[in-house]
Amino acid sequence: MKPTAGADQDNNTEDTGTEPARRKAGPDLYTEFQQIVGNPYVDNPRMVCRDVYVYYGETCAIKKVSIDVACNEVLAMIGPSGCGKSTFLRCLNRMNDTVSICRVEGEIRLDGMDIYDPSVDVVPLRAKVGMVFQKPNPFPKSIYENISYGPKIHGLTKDKHEMDEIVETSLIRAGLWEEVKDRLNEPGTGLSGGQQQRLCIARAIAVSPEVILMDEPCSALDPIATSKIEDLIAELRTQYSIVIVTHAMQQAARVSQRTAYFHLGNLVEVGDTDQIFTNPKHQLTEDYITGRFG
Amino acid sequence: MDAQHKESPFSGEFNKRLKQRYQAQQRFKLLGISAIMFALAFLAFLLITIISNGYSAFRQTYVELTVNFEKSIFEGEDLARANYQALINRALDEKFPDVEGRRAKRTLHGMISTGARYQLMDMVQDDPGLIGTTQTIWVPADDDIDMFMKGYVDMSQPESDRRIKDQQAQWIQTWIDNNMIKLRFNRTFFTSGDSRDPELAGIWAAVKGSFYTLVITLALSFPMGVAAAIYLEEFAPVNRITSLIEININNLAAVPSIIFGLLGLAIFINFWGIPRSTPLVGGLVLTLMTLPTIIIAARASLKSVPPSIREAALGVGASKIQTVFHHVLPLAMPGMLTGTIIGMAQALGETAPLLMIGMVAFIVDIPGGFTDPAAALPVQIYLWADSPERGFTEKTSAAIMVLLAFLVTMNALAVYMRKKFEITW
Repeated sequence: MKPTAGADQDNNTEDTGTEPARRKAGPDLYTEFQQIVGNPYVDNPRMVCRDVYVYYGETCAIKKVSIDVACNEVLAMIGPSGCGKSTFLRCLNRMNDTVSICRVEGEIRLDGMDIYDPSVDVVPLRAKVGMVFQKPNPFPKSIYENISYGPKIHGLTKDKHEMDEIVETSLIRAGLWEEVKDRLNEPGTGLSGGQQQRLCIARAIAVSPEVILMDEPCSALDPIATSKIEDLIAELRTQYSIVIVTHAMQQAARVSQRTAYFHLGNLVEVGDTDQIFTNPKHQLTEDYITGRFG
Repeated sequence: MDAQHKESPFSGEFNKRLKQRYQAQQRFKLLGISAIMFALAFLAFLLITIISNGYSAFRQTYVELTVNFEKSIFEGEDLARANYQALINRALDEKFPDVEGRRAKRTLHGMISTGARYQLMDMVQDDPGLIGTTQTIWVPADDDIDMFMKGYVDMSQPESDRRIKDQQAQWIQTWIDNNMIKLRFNRTFFTSGDSRDPELAGIWAAVKGSFYTLVITLALSFPMGVAAAIYLEEFAPVNRITSLIEININNLAAVPSIIFGLLGLAIFINFWGIPRSTPLVGGLVLTLMTLPTIIIAARASLKSVPPSIREAALGVGASKIQTVFHHVLPLAMPGMLTGTIIGMAQALGETAPLLMIGMVAFIVDIPGGFTDPAAALPVQIYLWADSPERGFTEKTSAAIMVLLAFLVTMNALAVYMRKKFEITW
């Protein structure tokens, strides 16, 4: 879908509130849509996003973003608060559907299938595109039930034995098995923050997704728990595509292969993580990475 | 150095203002404490008044009678129709043989409750072998005697102003001397229905009536209220119509309850033809009244379920309805139950709408079902408070105590459930 004339006006209305603060930070380069610097496309895409616009009511939160997510890669999305990276992430499994005023335009494909096609059912889509949230949010049920819930509602298992297997493999993959194997029937909410987040990751991989979306998964965790999650992400990459939103640039540098820098709803620059952090091409990216604002 | 010190903002004016600030804080604290003290004093006053008026109703005066079940009384008579009163009268006459004259005898006979004859009847019907024997039994005294025994009769007043005459006082003294009269636990109060005689009146019929009414109310208002709340909170689109519905539900919660009674009278009784004075129609009316309370409480508890739980469920691919029923509802349930219990407690204490639908009638029989005429506890209190006999004063207070006990229990249950099922994150 092409942007409408109204969309550009919306750009201006959104920026009126934040403009003065932003102007201090750098040149006023970003109120309008701008060309993406770097190559957002890959050869073996799992997810393909083309000209995605997201509106909250009249406000345009994402402007003409095009990017691919490759198989078996970690794509990090960085940018200052309110730049739309979380909004964009939540478009990838249609979590924005729950926000009634949110409207998505453009094309997002998962393995060639347009996920915003009216005929698409969000339930299997969300099974294929799992999500891990900012705050660990295990169900207030037992550890076992936390993992088994997804496979159960999707009917992935035939009997208890298979379910036990899924629970075990998911927990092993999430690196939590050793810590919880003796207390699977205790509530998931009783675990520590880092363990809870790994439980949430285990819950996401229990339904065998293709893509895992992570929305600042470590922002509520201490450095030790964070490093465990980061190791886990590196390992999960061998089987899944991972898109991670993060505020910690070191984290993006550590875990990701490609990095996308968002600014005020624009995708400013995409590139290999090494290149973005060592040799950013766009002024805004450089300002952000060097800590001049954000 | 000194000059600098004087210019410091933390001296002089500042200290004065600081003192004022603390004084203001102190004043406000005192105000708050005195407000709480007043509230507590009123509560204590209320409770003390009710308890001091009502505690005596849990005891009842009984008189020992030696009754000779003469064969002649039962000859050719159905057991249910024999003249049991004559047996009692004769027993009294034998005890006080020197009482002469019709008037004096009638006064003497009136000192035993009219319920005594039914007690004798029950005894004989249970065991016809009693006929022809002499038994010593305890029968309830008349309410005036009961009041005298409980010390509510002021004997210093002129005899004509008293319910207990000097002669009666003498007889009672004879009983006391012979240890033939005493206060015992008043079982009647908890097992029987309403009566014209205070000594025979009980609250069991009203308790049962209230119970049946609340069963109807709960069975209708809980599922309807919860379903409405779930729809409005989780599924309904946010638009003019739903916000109009929301405003109206909130308004409905503030409508005076007697209006609901009028509505019930017009719709349920006159239009649908549901029998009046029954727990069924009472329950329907109280449902109307309780629904908004439950809907509001249920919505609030649904709102308090963190959105992260919904996201977590949606994130693993649960459908909307699975999210609500597997995750949100179980977490919201304690709050919903609390709201429901509080709504039920409110319904239990409601009188005005029940007056409109005929539950204020004098009903002696204990209701056996939802369509039997019945009274409710608060209505029973209202009826007794309206009765002139001194004996009903203590009954009124005692019934209030029973009602309060139910309400406190229900509210305590609500608090307990909230604490027990509260989930900490």
